[in-house]
Amino acid sequence: MKHIDEYRDGGLARAIAATITREAVARRHYHFMEFCGGHTHAISRYGIEDLLPANVRMVHGPGCPVCVLPVGRIDDAIALAMRPDVTLCTYADLMRVPASAGRSLLRAKAAGADIRMIYSTLDAIHIAETEPHREVVFFAIGFETTTPPTALAIKLARQKHLTNFSVFCNHVLTPPAIRAVLDAPDNAAIRIDGVIGPAHVSTITGTAPYQSLAADFAKPIVVAGFEPLDVMQAILMLVRQINEARHDVENQYARLVTARGNMIAQLAMAEMFERRASFAWRGLGELPHSALRLRAAYADLDAERRFAITPTATADNPACECGDVLRGLTRPVDCKLFGTSCSPESPMGSCMVSPEGACAAHWTYGRFRDRARAHAGRLPA
Amino acid sequence: MRLARRHGRRLDLRHGRIDLSHGAGGRASAQLVDEIFRAAFDNPMLDRGDDQAAFDVPAGQMVISTDGYVISPLFFPGGDIGSLAVHGTINDVAMAGARPLHLAASYIIEEGFFLADLQRIAHSMARAAREAGVAIVTGDTKVVERGKGDGVFITTTGVGLVPPGLGLSADRAQPGDVVILSGSIGDHGVAVMSKRHNLGFETDLLSDSAALHGLVAEMVRVAAGALRVMRDPTRGGLAASLNEIAQQSRTGCLIDEDRIPIRAEVAAACELLGLDPLYVANEGKLIAIAAPEAADALVAAMRAHPLGRDAVAIGEITADDQCFVQMMTSFGGGRIVDWLAGEQLPRIC
Repeated sequence: MKHIDEYRDGGLARAIAATITREAVARRHYHFMEFCGGHTHAISRYGIEDLLPANVRMVHGPGCPVCVLPVGRIDDAIALAMRPDVTLCTYADLMRVPASAGRSLLRAKAAGADIRMIYSTLDAIHIAETEPHREVVFFAIGFETTTPPTALAIKLARQKHLTNFSVFCNHVLTPPAIRAVLDAPDNAAIRIDGVIGPAHVSTITGTAPYQSLAADFAKPIVVAGFEPLDVMQAILMLVRQINEARHDVENQYARLVTARGNMIAQLAMAEMFERRASFAWRGLGELPHSALRLRAAYADLDAERRFAITPTATADNPACECGDVLRGLTRPVDCKLFGTSCSPESPMGSCMVSPEGACAAHWTYGRFRDRARAHAGRLPA
Repeated sequence: MRLARRHGRRLDLRHGRIDLSHGAGGRASAQLVDEIFRAAFDNPMLDRGDDQAAFDVPAGQMVISTDGYVISPLFFPGGDIGSLAVHGTINDVAMAGARPLHLAASYIIEEGFFLADLQRIAHSMARAAREAGVAIVTGDTKVVERGKGDGVFITTTGVGLVPPGLGLSADRAQPGDVVILSGSIGDHGVAVMSKRHNLGFETDLLSDSAALHGLVAEMVRVAAGALRVMRDPTRGGLAASLNEIAQQSRTGCLIDEDRIPIRAEVAAACELLGLDPLYVANEGKLIAIAAPEAADALVAAMRAHPLGRDAVAIGEITADDQCFVQMMTSFGGGRIVDWLAGEQLPRIC
């Protein structure tokens, strides 16, 4: 496949791996957090860890929107969907996310809630147009990448004078989450030496928002694409920065990412959304200015205002270690629930639900490696 | 067959629709069966008009298999629910190494369904059955109220005869056995997805829906003693079938991504839709597990058959008490090829 295969070439991968092995100084460690679940998935799917020397290790970060969505928000969505007048439109990845009391959107649908799985925000607009007697709510979720399509839906709803469409907004922002991870008092224990940032977020935001993070924490950040060779190259770039004692923001994904990003998308987002004072992240807790909501001018399209949703605070299952996994404090395999009562078929925690979640990725693609390291400690030294 | 004119005015096969009387067991039901199904399937066993088909039982071991078809959309590039219902059940019978003998077909039709579409489906079934040399010898029709079905659901049951001495079963794979795939994967699932109303995309790809018993007969002829397992990787794709075999045989499996044939169109569509072709359904492919000494001859025989032209050995059975199916990726790392969690593509067959 043109424009794909060249980024999955095994020969090139081995060449980069050999360079990483040659340049990584044997006596030091290189622990890199790939922030984004897309990278976690690529690392597991292509077996990238098999190609890295033992002192270069990847720590899986919290950049999986399904994983960081607190249980309470799913509870709120289910409550909305159970209203007889509401049709809830959602991306399929949210369907099986466990809510409280053993519930999920999938089970709510089986119990009669009108929940439709859609591929695009335009599908939700279409449903609102063709079924004017239904209150159509789009369950919006995701980082900066998926926010512009939601903005487009809002714009279209306005243009078409739709009075039965609204957005349950759960869009979150990347830089505050990276800051929270690097800033955590226990970061000393994780010892993250560098960060791989997601390229698709930076196609929208540019690389500029990472400058202060790299400077404040003296950690190198490389914005990278999602093909396996992109990830390998980003790892090499991080190794070189550390060897040269640099902490710059570098752009591996120069084929699309610029420093300033997509100004049209940024303007659309700024017009319709504002930062919430605070938002609860699963695993990271309340983070200031870390999420978006609709501006007052679009209040009629905001499901939270329209249906007077008061956020439900729901505690996670106490045995679930998703919180620590999301911050890189615990490896999936170290959680007591991993592979016992928690698996992709019956997930207890959010990291096991999305294929981009650290636990699901390791379970699905990498758990054969656990045999070899069955007696290893909780975290790489 | 010349149909006796016994129902007065014929069915309006151009504009007519199924109504509840077609399922009520009265004259309308009989007319529907006569003018659509018996006219299309045309064989003496069905023509007898009994509630069952009678046939002599040959000596030896017989197999029976049944499968329900609920595919959406009903018509897709390379086939429709009718041809699929014939091919799918023939293949389930054939995976025992058996020669399929007869099929039974049962229809649940939704009120309001166009008779023209039903006839088109019946003709497609008849053609598929004729090409396969397997007659549809008995059947049933039911009608449900509008909104209680989705056009038509079909269940087919097949019986077949196993050649003497053959004992294929998914619990017979042994470490060192070779895993052989008959051709490219994912064609059916992607062809069907391309016609989903909310997902339509342009592709020339056709479903691979086909009856595999001819290919199977050739494989049995060449390497009967060395064949241990055969499976057609339908729902859940290659990944599901390999996991089933590993689990039932209490072995592992190691395959090589570079050797798995995937058409460029399938790879591109999967890339776009975020699907893994290993999990996408096939309707005209088989996996064979065979003793290593017979593998080359088996692959050569498969390649000489039109439905096995791209046959290739993709890996081997390993000793593994955890029954992992593992894959060496083209990229150079290893990964598990796990069971499918949840539903990747609903209603694909």
